[in-house]
Amino acid sequence: MDPINVIEGAVSVLGRNDVDTDQIIPKQFLKRVERTGFGEFLFYDWAKQPGWDLPPNPILATGRNFGSGSSREHAPWALEDYGFKAIVAPSFADIFYSNCTKIGLLPVTLPEGDVKALMEAGHARVDLAEQEIAFGGRQLRFEIDQETARRLLEGLDDIGVTLGQGDAIDAYEAGRERSGPVTTSL
Amino acid sequence: MPKSLFDKIWEAHEVAEGLLYIDLHLVHEVTSPQAFESLRLEGRTVRRPDRTLATADHNVPTDGSTVATQIKDRLSRVQVETLEGNCEQFGVPIYSIGSERQGIVHVIGPELGVTQPGMTIVCGDSHTSTHGAFGALAFGIGTSEVEHVLATQTLQQRKPKAMRISYTGELGYGVTAKDLILSTIGRIGVSGGVGHVIEYAGPPIERLSMEGRMTVCNMTIEGGGRAGMIAPDDTTVEWVEGRAAAPEAIPGEWRELRTDDGAHFDTEVAIDASELSPQVTWGTTPGMVAPVDGEVPQPDGEGDERALEYMDLSPGTAIEEIELDRVFIGSCTNSRIGDLREAAEVVDGRRVSERLEAMVVPGSQQVKAQAEAEGLDEVFRSAGFDWRSAGCSMCLGMNPDTLAPGERCASTSNRNFEGRQGRGGRTHLVSPRMAAAAALEGHFVDIRDWDGG
Repeated sequence: MDPINVIEGAVSVLGRNDVDTDQIIPKQFLKRVERTGFGEFLFYDWAKQPGWDLPPNPILATGRNFGSGSSREHAPWALEDYGFKAIVAPSFADIFYSNCTKIGLLPVTLPEGDVKALMEAGHARVDLAEQEIAFGGRQLRFEIDQETARRLLEGLDDIGVTLGQGDAIDAYEAGRERSGPVTTSL
Repeated sequence: MPKSLFDKIWEAHEVAEGLLYIDLHLVHEVTSPQAFESLRLEGRTVRRPDRTLATADHNVPTDGSTVATQIKDRLSRVQVETLEGNCEQFGVPIYSIGSERQGIVHVIGPELGVTQPGMTIVCGDSHTSTHGAFGALAFGIGTSEVEHVLATQTLQQRKPKAMRISYTGELGYGVTAKDLILSTIGRIGVSGGVGHVIEYAGPPIERLSMEGRMTVCNMTIEGGGRAGMIAPDDTTVEWVEGRAAAPEAIPGEWRELRTDDGAHFDTEVAIDASELSPQVTWGTTPGMVAPVDGEVPQPDGEGDERALEYMDLSPGTAIEEIELDRVFIGSCTNSRIGDLREAAEVVDGRRVSERLEAMVVPGSQQVKAQAEAEGLDEVFRSAGFDWRSAGCSMCLGMNPDTLAPGERCASTSNRNFEGRQGRGGRTHLVSPRMAAAAALEGHFVDIRDWDGG
């Protein structure tokens, strides 16, 4: 994962609540065995509707409970591949939020009124290290888990970090691991 | 300090702060290929194949094909073959297409007895919450986390908040676990559970069968919850005993896995189960739901208006007047033997309406075999239902089972999102009994006063 810090640019607006992962990337595109190339299928059905306008700007501003539904990481892959680097919404579905942070797509949670103001401003600057977003002459703080922010800022390989705790995992397995079930002996 | 069931399982699995040990990792063909590929590229191995189990479910045709080479859709075939190859290379046990143990991952885990109280269970699928019915902490993860668990048998996790939904009273005749969870989602909203692990408690929950409890925990994710849980009891123990992976003697600590009096919950919700009716969704989120004796509501905001337009429904239409083209009984929500028995009881000796097509997709090959041993397949077949082989099927339509544009379906699955069951298709979520009765009548009927047609 590449490190991220400042994301600045125009804001694309998707003013809908409860946007689900089936809309972000419909199931027929989940059959690929690669991680790349999903951007062209983003919002595949909605993009065909009249009046659809969602340019690939660095920032996407949208409604509450964004990314509800499935655990498909294909949804953040598609958004990132399309060109978005940060998504700003009043709330996110849990698994989607976590998936974004794993690939360096920054989810920013702001109160609903501030997201509306951001949509009107049309341009913003997100500073992860400072946990600030600036638009329309305003500067707002946003909350993010400190460990998650650190991983994003440093572009850390999560698995590498955890393998560094291999002794702790070994100790857990030696002393506290529950017995069974053993899937290999079924 | 008093602890919740969730606290106890969490603490028993903390390797270090923010690092959670995973007892069971379930794997399927859609969300794993990129994870295995990255392991290969990094030269990493699967740390604990003996705590990992794979099956093919999302893509498999339900036409009775027995090997991956028979899958006609090229991309689906490649995905299933890729899973088989990855499992072979990394030593992960797999029940692929053709295996008598193959089936929907959230059906086969409990059925084989690998899902047990007190465990942490993850899978690259949001409906992993199903396994919480056994008093396990079970939740869905994305592909990066699948790779992380394969490599380390742990997950980097912050402890979510805790919610308890306590039910009182008694479910009325014809009101099922599915109706309980649909009405709960209608009440708390589709993001009501975001950031929370939800414990379902109270006498109406304790009276549910394991199948019913799995239905409830399964749809936790539709209410935004990270995981759903129900404390294990005699019903749980009796269900697990004797299964392939069950322990020879049931551990005493299973009985102690319950929330202490006075344990802290960040959010508490109370629901009187006796007030609940059979439910039917009318819109494009699972929270857009109404009692069967109600009507399609007036839109409250732009989202509702869009949903009504997509669903081609007018406010004020009686739910029972909605006519259907298809009926789907299946999915990880409602495809277990108990679900099929309930539906078959409604169908027995009757005929599917001439205006629609109806199908039953058992959740696993073992469920299918059990249903056939009980003659349920004959009940469904002679009524005009299509009787299929196991898989996710028309819950999400990755295989050939899909709705055509404009078709309207009563479905026992979990999501009614736009296009979920096929592009342009319209989904109404209901219980197996309600789906069965709707199949016979061609429109929704209130199962509570349905006289058998």
